[in-house]
Amino acid sequence: MSFPLLTATAALPAVGALATAAVPAARRTTAKWLALTVSLATFVLAAVIAVRFEPGGARYQLTESHAWIKDFGVRYELGVDGIAVALVALTALLIPFVILAGWHDADPMETGSRRWRPTQGFFALILAVEAMVILSFEATDVFVFYIFFEAMLIPMYFLIGGFGDRAHEHGEKAASTQRSYAAVKFLLYNLAGGLIMLAAVIGLYVQAGNFSLPEIVQARASGSLHMATSTERWLFLGFFFAFAVKAPLWPLHTWLPNAMGEATAPVAVLITAVVDKVGTFAMLRFCLQLFPEASKWATPVILVLALISIIYGALLAVGQRDIKRLVAYASISHFGFIILGIFAMTSQGQSGATLYMVNHGISTAALMLVAGFLISRRGSRLIADYGGVQKVAPVLAGTFLIGSLATLSLPGLAPFVSEFLVLVGTFTRHPAIGIIATLGIVLAALYTLVLYQRTMTGPVKAEVAEMPDLRVRELLVVAPLIALLIFLGVYPKPVADIVNPAVRQTMSDVHQTDPQPKVEAAK
Amino acid sequence: MENLIALLIAAPLLGAAVLLCGGRRLDAVGHWLGTLLAGLSFVLGVVLFTDMLGKAAGQRAVTQHLFSWIPVAGFQADVTFRLDQLSMTFVLLITGVGSLIHLYSVGYMEHDERRRRFFGYLNLFLAAMLLLVLADNYLLLYVGWEGVGLASYLLIGFWQHKPSAATAAKKAFLVNRVGDMGLSIAIMLMFTTFGTFAFVPVLHSADSAGEGKLTAIGLMLLLAACGKSAQVPLQSWLGDAMEGPTPVSALIHAATMVTAGVYLIVRSGAIFNAAPDAQLVVTVVGAVTLLFGAIVGCAKDDIKKALAGSTMSQIGYMVLAAGLGPIGYIFAIMHLVTHGFFKAGLFLGAGSVMHGMNDEVDMRRYGGLRTYMPVTFVTFGLGYLAIIGFPGLSGFFSKDKIIEAAFAKGGAEGWILGGAALLGAAITAYYMTRVMIMTFFGEKRWQPDEQGNEPHPHESPGVMTIPMIVLAVGSVFAGGFFSIGDRFVHWLEPVTGHAEGNSPVSAMTVTVATLVLLVVGAGIAYAQYGRRPVLAVAPRGSLLTRAARRDLLQDDFNHVVLVRGGEHLTRSLVYVDHTLVDGVVNGTAASVGGLSGRLRRLQNGFARSYAVSMFGGAAVLVALTLLMRAV
Amino acid sequence: MNPVNYLYLAALLFTIGATGVLIRRNAIVVFMCIELMLNACNLAFVTFSRMHGNLDGQIIAFFTMVVAAAEVVVGLAIIVSLFRTRHSASVDDASLMKL
Repeated sequence: MSFPLLTATAALPAVGALATAAVPAARRTTAKWLALTVSLATFVLAAVIAVRFEPGGARYQLTESHAWIKDFGVRYELGVDGIAVALVALTALLIPFVILAGWHDADPMETGSRRWRPTQGFFALILAVEAMVILSFEATDVFVFYIFFEAMLIPMYFLIGGFGDRAHEHGEKAASTQRSYAAVKFLLYNLAGGLIMLAAVIGLYVQAGNFSLPEIVQARASGSLHMATSTERWLFLGFFFAFAVKAPLWPLHTWLPNAMGEATAPVAVLITAVVDKVGTFAMLRFCLQLFPEASKWATPVILVLALISIIYGALLAVGQRDIKRLVAYASISHFGFIILGIFAMTSQGQSGATLYMVNHGISTAALMLVAGFLISRRGSRLIADYGGVQKVAPVLAGTFLIGSLATLSLPGLAPFVSEFLVLVGTFTRHPAIGIIATLGIVLAALYTLVLYQRTMTGPVKAEVAEMPDLRVRELLVVAPLIALLIFLGVYPKPVADIVNPAVRQTMSDVHQTDPQPKVEAAK
Repeated sequence: MENLIALLIAAPLLGAAVLLCGGRRLDAVGHWLGTLLAGLSFVLGVVLFTDMLGKAAGQRAVTQHLFSWIPVAGFQADVTFRLDQLSMTFVLLITGVGSLIHLYSVGYMEHDERRRRFFGYLNLFLAAMLLLVLADNYLLLYVGWEGVGLASYLLIGFWQHKPSAATAAKKAFLVNRVGDMGLSIAIMLMFTTFGTFAFVPVLHSADSAGEGKLTAIGLMLLLAACGKSAQVPLQSWLGDAMEGPTPVSALIHAATMVTAGVYLIVRSGAIFNAAPDAQLVVTVVGAVTLLFGAIVGCAKDDIKKALAGSTMSQIGYMVLAAGLGPIGYIFAIMHLVTHGFFKAGLFLGAGSVMHGMNDEVDMRRYGGLRTYMPVTFVTFGLGYLAIIGFPGLSGFFSKDKIIEAAFAKGGAEGWILGGAALLGAAITAYYMTRVMIMTFFGEKRWQPDEQGNEPHPHESPGVMTIPMIVLAVGSVFAGGFFSIGDRFVHWLEPVTGHAEGNSPVSAMTVTVATLVLLVVGAGIAYAQYGRRPVLAVAPRGSLLTRAARRDLLQDDFNHVVLVRGGEHLTRSLVYVDHTLVDGVVNGTAASVGGLSGRLRRLQNGFARSYAVSMFGGAAVLVALTLLMRAV
Repeated sequence: MNPVNYLYLAALLFTIGATGVLIRRNAIVVFMCIELMLNACNLAFVTFSRMHGNLDGQIIAFFTMVVAAAEVVVGLAIIVSLFRTRHSASVDDASLMKL
């Protein structure tokens, strides 16, 4: 039996979480370094997965399978396709930056509050989230996936509610109230989605008799497992609802701005760049593969909802007064693009959507973490409290600008590639939707540049006049992310090569082929 | 030899990277490094040009494949460069004028503490612009297209501490984004129609696609061109873009970037040739803009804004010519090149004047400067003569050809377009003469400012005057050089194709008419501003003048319709999101909470009342069981 | 004698016990009433055992007695400690178990 690489990649942060939590209270720094080391080691393992993965090979690779609950046919089954490899790599890549950026976020408060902020707990929770997210990307058993999909709510709840942003316009007390509100809202939304999905999971078991994704897909394709049309649709809706809450899709999005606004910037990155990706990933893996006919049936409605998300999220981002909520609404707009790409049912759309998940993770991390550094300097999240920062902190302003430009999908940076693929993929099948979605790129320019203009340019405000520029630790967080944004914008081929075969498989699962060009082009 | 193409772009790109990431230690040498790399790119361009001249006309196009950019099933985007006569023309113009302006900026930006960064941005612009003209497919062109937009954004907003500059930069980027939307839709249309968006396959098989599709693609390309080239209705950003340092206005907002739209239309000639409706719209946009820009140029007292109006108008000529099809493509490019010389020269001259006048831009506070800055006066004057089309100078040749081609379009359209172009020529003569007289002739009108600093006009240093002299030489001789023996036509014909139109009026008539109108326009300006003293404060003026000062109310329209409307929309959406979307969920939560609050009362803590409910429940269960048995 | 009469007696005893639990306030009395109810059940079990002719009912009755004994131990301890702190054996005084 070969080395269980996939289990190891998830087990390492899980063990790391326990070890970090066990570090004595006084030795906070040890806990930080331990967590960072574990996350870096996990990244190495994820890199090994990416290298060992053969794009042309079997659909699911590095598989592991052990009997678990025999009576219900639950097996501990792991396996990765190209899409999962890309997302595991993204997760493992971002966590070290999240930890490094949140280095001081959970330090005990100096004065004023009796609350003990357990540093160990903060970093342990982050690692726990990482372990669960990686397992949900790797699981090919629906039941195993469901367990980790739900279980990650617990550490996320504590991360949002326990370690929120201390900056609030109405003081510490209001911040605390807002924080618990956001955490509970996050939990309730996702639990509601999860419960409906649980019903669908059980329904699926009743139909299929086991939980194994490859087996069910196989059985459905060969005709040995027949589902009534209405059954398939109900099960699809059950799964989709949970993923649409997590993704989040309009009108199930309102938990995200609260959660991202109240959480600290690194936790906000964890929410939007890592945890939410499980939702879109699961649409691609579970909804489309298990219920191809129902997916096609629901496509028109989902495309419209995605389109609304794009435009609505962007318009609301324009109207925000709070930097972090602005980024949250921008994310809603971007998730609209991802869902649009998935349900456009073209190779370009789905490859684009997968790349989009990776690129959005990196670009939002860059923008949000720099925004977090900015907020920690001034102690305010309100855009109006800033002005002229580029004069006093040019490096901070420069990195913020690059993050903004990535968010508006400037060509040459990674998000452009994915956004354009999604748009092209949508356009070839649904021209009208493609054109309306293109409006999103104008609005994206509006909200990012307005944000940059109001915070960074103009006369220097008195409160920011003494603001220090980025420190070495902060630069270490931002610089690699920016380098990656540029690299993947210029040369996305390595990621695209891993993703393409998986997309081809998914396309054949849903029995779709790309529309062909009208005119045979001369060579 | 074709392996050098990538180096053309790499040199300034490297400069940008080094200058922007290098930090303060490069402050002392940064500007020279930037200039050197721009110059290196020009030298490479010349080397490739001589190599190209050595080949037969049909075999001059070369390509260099670097790597596969976005490989996705059915979608192939490569980083491949294509250097043909059309891109060669642009490469020489961009790197040549670009290097000169780098040199000029060394002097102009001498006292700015962020000079290193300025040169980094300039290099970034050169790299993006070269990528734009060297790309061999539309998607790669799009990268350059937005890249120049970014560089332009950074340079317009270079003095970010001024809110007006920051706003102008944002406005330019946003308006351009609207155009970019057109370009991306055009690329998507190409992809669905042809399955590719590389120049060669798309343009070669354009004829076999339906005219409706081609018209749609053409109109979307035109939208893109309108954004980048400041054509009506997306022209509003160009005037504000003058907030940037003057060398930027010269390089980006006069000589190179704003001409990218013309490049796009000429490059996509095969598509437009097969879509006459799209062509007609192109010509209309060109004609409207050339008049619009000219009228705005007449009313401005800010020297740079007057020149910006003029730029808009001159690019209108180019777009008009490009819309005429094969009879106009080459003349559009020819005017583009000559305009590159004289407009860059004029802007540099304006910059030199401002440099000597404590950054004063109001022409009503100039006057009589010819004696204080002779070199600037002469070079500016030559540029002036070139732009109004003085016989023998560059503008005379290129503009005349466009007017002729417009008449040659034939029919009523030909008369209307030709008439508009002629009228534009007259207005050009008027506003340029006005600029010339207000700046260099008459009495001195400058006064001490609030702090009591009186400007001491002086000639600029050599590092600034040399580029002006070189550009003035170009303004004088380029047009003649290109036209003798139709050199330029033969050079570009293999790429763009060329056709002779049959004009209803003879070339001679057009020339004479142009010259007469020129004299009329210049004469009116002389009568208004040369014969009478210029007022230091602008008179109220007629309704048209006041409207023209406000850019013919375009900004007001945008403000009322788009900005205000948008603000109301976002504000109401924020409200809706909070009360309605969130309200439904919170309402559900609140009603569940209320219900449980009522139910909670039942838990009063008295053990005996719990016992009652227990017994009651048990009794109900027993009764039910008995009832069921009975039934 | 007809064994059904024992069932009537059991029902009567159970009802007396239940009424006592519901209307009496003194914890000791409530407690005794509960015992009464348990014993009514025991009586019914034993009667059924006799009627059906097997021992299952008697076995259950023994179980009930054991559980009742254990309950008395815990219950009396609670009542005693309540009386110590509150100086009252009224069940209505101990109404803290509400939200």
